[in-house]
Amino acid sequence: MSGRHLLGITDLGVDGIDEVMRLADTFVEVGRRPIPRVPALRGKTVVSTFFEDSTRTRLSFEAAAKRLSADVMTFTGSSSSLNKGESLRDTVLTIAAMGADAFVVRHGCAGVPAQVAGWLDQAGGASVLNAGDGAHEHPTQALLDCFTISREREARFGARPARPGVLRGLRVAIVGDIRHSRVARSNVLAFSALGAEISLVAPATLLPPSLAGWPVEVSHDIDALLPKCDVVYLLRLQNERMTEQFLPTLREYTATYGLTAERARLLGPSTIVMHPGPIRRGIEIAAEVADSPVSVITTQVANGVAVRMAVLYLLLGSGAPIGA
Amino acid sequence: MVDSTGSRVADVLVRGEVIVSVEPSTRTGTRAGTGTGPSGAPAGAMVLDAGGCVVAPGLVDLHAHLREPGAEEAETIESGSRAAALGGYTAVVAMPNTEPCTDSAAVVRHVLHLAKGACCDVHPAGAITVGRQGRALAPMAEMVALGVRIFTDDGAGVQDAALMRRALEYASDLGAIIADHCEEASLAGLGCMNEGDLSSLLGLPGRPAVSEEVMVLRDLALARLTGARLHLLHLSTAGAVAAVRLAKAAGTNVTAEATPHHLALTEDALATYDTVFKVNPPLRSAADVAALRQGLCDGTIDAVATDHAPHPPEAKQVAFCDAAPGMIGLETSLAVVLGALVGADGPGLGDGEPGMTIERVLALMSWQPARIAGLSGAHGGPLVPGAPANLCVIDPARSWTVVPAALASHSRNTPFAGLALRGKVRHTVLAGEPVVIAEEAQR
Repeated sequence: MSGRHLLGITDLGVDGIDEVMRLADTFVEVGRRPIPRVPALRGKTVVSTFFEDSTRTRLSFEAAAKRLSADVMTFTGSSSSLNKGESLRDTVLTIAAMGADAFVVRHGCAGVPAQVAGWLDQAGGASVLNAGDGAHEHPTQALLDCFTISREREARFGARPARPGVLRGLRVAIVGDIRHSRVARSNVLAFSALGAEISLVAPATLLPPSLAGWPVEVSHDIDALLPKCDVVYLLRLQNERMTEQFLPTLREYTATYGLTAERARLLGPSTIVMHPGPIRRGIEIAAEVADSPVSVITTQVANGVAVRMAVLYLLLGSGAPIGA
Repeated sequence: MVDSTGSRVADVLVRGEVIVSVEPSTRTGTRAGTGTGPSGAPAGAMVLDAGGCVVAPGLVDLHAHLREPGAEEAETIESGSRAAALGGYTAVVAMPNTEPCTDSAAVVRHVLHLAKGACCDVHPAGAITVGRQGRALAPMAEMVALGVRIFTDDGAGVQDAALMRRALEYASDLGAIIADHCEEASLAGLGCMNEGDLSSLLGLPGRPAVSEEVMVLRDLALARLTGARLHLLHLSTAGAVAAVRLAKAAGTNVTAEATPHHLALTEDALATYDTVFKVNPPLRSAADVAALRQGLCDGTIDAVATDHAPHPPEAKQVAFCDAAPGMIGLETSLAVVLGALVGADGPGLGDGEPGMTIERVLALMSWQPARIAGLSGAHGGPLVPGAPANLCVIDPARSWTVVPAALASHSRNTPFAGLALRGKVRHTVLAGEPVVIAEEAQR
């Protein structure tokens, strides 16, 4: 992994993604120990700066930092710093002045982690980890998703991953609100880098305005696609999409694109179903499907901690062996 | 010397506020030393060296946000007019999105009062609607009585089509011009950059080109219906240029402007999420830039206007979605336009065709905007005995680098920071008084 920041999947490349996944294997093992903690980042301070609500991602990063023995500080605030009369830059530099080695940044607007990295580069130079920016990227989610696919396929079907292109030949369908999804953007980049073939499934209103240069094909017929997929990746649908006129009703969305129990019967025997959470049972996925063996949703969450440990270690660690 | 009547080598003698003589020069095209005036200069006359330079009527900006009253931390009429004079402008139209809004005689009077002693003439534009709220017509007649000629809700377009129709009809009776900021709000939404390939990758909400084009087409239809004078602010899309071209061919009473930044920059500048490049309408694609340049060359677009929009640093040091839109431009506009339109770097007008001449650029930046703003006679030349001495002296070969801290504007939000430009205003003369001498403001 080169560079000081993780702002997007393109910062990593295939080899970088593979490096994170290899290291995450080790950290999964650390997580199973009676005392799941190593001293790798002792003395380092990680600040989680969440300008947008996200309990899950924040807890996952904080658990990862603590298992590496880093000190953790937490900042949560409104996404509009101007409302408080302080510019975003001032907020960041104030926190930096307290001493921080890494900023884990979540913001409702795309580009904020890149802006924060620019300001920090001029002020001592802490690392920035993008924990989700607007509809841009959520790289650690994509990394934990790649990791989960690789491990699950190995565990379930004995599919030995061919490194570094561990998803080569797999067909992945990403279903739902791709337009507003940072998870979709990071996953398209990561899955395609690792060799997967990607289908985006959504009504035209929930696709990005342009897909020029995206290594994907688009489908509006989920029933035709499901039997051919190795991975079905569902995205969360937000209520605002109805008031914003992207969709007529949730019911119609579920009928057309939801993974209902009936539709789940179309899945092949070696298909897994994923979701970045939080899931909305009965909307994008039926409750019984979410709880069935095809779903790896809770595994994704568990793997998230190990993958974030790997990223923090690579960005902040000394490079010395991970202690016992 | 260049004006709307052509180019010639000449010495210009000014006495009081007017030009008293324009004589063939005694120092043809050379850069003479200072102190020795042209042979025709009377004893004791101040001599401004214009060797190697172009003497032109002062530039006229149809579109500047001087921020006073209400946002003096960003700009004042004093600082903004100084920036304008350094940029070669002798007249600017001040946009009405002040606080309070320039939507009544009282505020117009206040702006005119503040503008006394400014480094250039400041002509306030009035708002079309009360408070720029888009609901009720502002009292245009009382503002026209104070000399206001242009009405605009700039910052936003007039969304209500019926209200826009009434505004055109009402202003037409007053001999005034309705100038629209063409962005259909429901299509532009919360977008903060051009919608397209790049916005889709960056994950920023987009403002589609059609949000501009829908309103341009609506306004052109309303202008045809009413016969009223319409001016379209800051065109930014190829579709808008094409629509105006067709409307002009059909005899519609319309003029249009484009900004230097839309001529020189594309949306690619946003790839690093640098908020200095956030502006409405947004920076567009290379194809749109080419269409704008073509539109200026073929007369579809009548003027270059800066849309000088100062903001304090804290308004830009925030998330891209929260950042204030707009960029400053008064001090860089001429050099940027020369770079974009003239000579080897000029627009691709087809194989082997050269770019524009500096004479054509001055038409777009001086006498054509002067005509639109109703300032002909005072500004925009021609430079003849008896004409008011509103002049600028341009060194087209002067190379310089944009240093934000060195600009006269209170604000630093230039998109051209660090850029090497060619062409600079050496002197500016306002009503016979040199307000800029050797690139230094005198007020």
